[in-house]
Amino acid sequence: MALDKHGIARRIAQELQDGYYVNLGIGIPTLVANYIPAGMNVVLQSENGLLGMGPFPTDDAVDADLINAGKQTVTTLPGSSLFNSAESFAMIRGEHIDLTILGAMEVSEKGDIANWKIPGKMVKGMGGAMDLVASARNIIVAMQHTSKDGQSKLLPECTLPITGLRCVKKIITDLAVLEITPQGFKLLERAPGVSVAEIQKATAGQLIIEGAIPEITV
Amino acid sequence: MINKVVPSAQAALHDIFDGATLMLGGFGLCGIPENAIAELIRLEVKNLTCISNNAGVDDFGLGLLLQKRQVKKMIASYVGENAEFERQLLSGELEVDLIPQGTLAERIRAGGAGIPAFFTSAGYGTEVGEGKEAREFNGKMYLLESWLKADFALVKAWKGDTAGNLVYKGTARNFNPLMATAGKITIAEVEELLPAGALDPNQIHTPGIFVQRIFQGQHYEKRIEQRTVSSA
Repeated sequence: MALDKHGIARRIAQELQDGYYVNLGIGIPTLVANYIPAGMNVVLQSENGLLGMGPFPTDDAVDADLINAGKQTVTTLPGSSLFNSAESFAMIRGEHIDLTILGAMEVSEKGDIANWKIPGKMVKGMGGAMDLVASARNIIVAMQHTSKDGQSKLLPECTLPITGLRCVKKIITDLAVLEITPQGFKLLERAPGVSVAEIQKATAGQLIIEGAIPEITV
Repeated sequence: MINKVVPSAQAALHDIFDGATLMLGGFGLCGIPENAIAELIRLEVKNLTCISNNAGVDDFGLGLLLQKRQVKKMIASYVGENAEFERQLLSGELEVDLIPQGTLAERIRAGGAGIPAFFTSAGYGTEVGEGKEAREFNGKMYLLESWLKADFALVKAWKGDTAGNLVYKGTARNFNPLMATAGKITIAEVEELLPAGALDPNQIHTPGIFVQRIFQGQHYEKRIEQRTVSSA
């Protein structure tokens, strides 16, 4: 069975390591914060100016002056810090962030990512995504394997305007975990009960299948 | 100490003119200059170029200026929360320059710091890089980006003093301290205006030299876009 968005977030959480500074994008990536393994020290950076993002506040502690990059009300933690937008992107551009997790509309087999614009239909802007993908040391994309109308989002080349070139390292979808290699999308794991043939069918770009592919455990 | 205090938004914004370039602080609706925006609407100034990370929502923040068609050009990084903005953009009624958020922040910082241009890797190989000089440093490609300045910077702080020193609260800081440095005239509105000496010099975020006018803001709504809570 394909993973739901919480399943994707739980699988991504397995990529975290103790001591990591992590930037989480809007959507599924935000959910990863709920699944950080107990006892692991991971510091979440929110590019609007918060390092050490805490959970959502209780109703009586909501503060309009304390939000994350998704405009959700959040909290600080012991050890948190606040800063301006230039300093925030110094952390990002200066490669001080260990891991960036973000959503995408398309990813190419070379690791290109498109997630900010559909010409003539939708323009939301790139926000911090272009700065993040241009500088992050490790980038994981969280997304559905196919679009709502069944089109593959893992392509030989992106068709939508690019956010960044050759930057994605790993993709975690509802169907599979894949790594970007010089040969294409290397299939690492498959969702429980999802066959390699189903993943192949949903992947338009070059898919590398070597040996038995284990199931994702979350 | 030089006194920067003016009595009201009306007094602070009296010389804003049609066609002016404005910087407006805030991230989403967090830390936006609510009083200054209301005054811009009352003044009915037109053909504005607005530099702001976001464009508000349909009925609050910069969205109010868009509804009144007072904005000719928007320079922003993310406008996904505003349907009217998207409509004006797709129909070509509004000129829009979308800029990666870190590049936007650094261009404003550069404008305030007297640095005409700098290189960043953000946007290389994308539409953002079209027509810009690209150069390789240590095997990686970077784009040349230029400074941004404004006729007026409209910023919002938590506390300020009569000397123009500012302190921000939480993530309402965001672009405000950067924009404060990049306005020919920087107008700060604050929730609490204090006498010089009341703020600890160790804790000042924006030194008063960057602020030309400061006023006590009124009736802050501080609207929340996504009220997310957890159970106790």
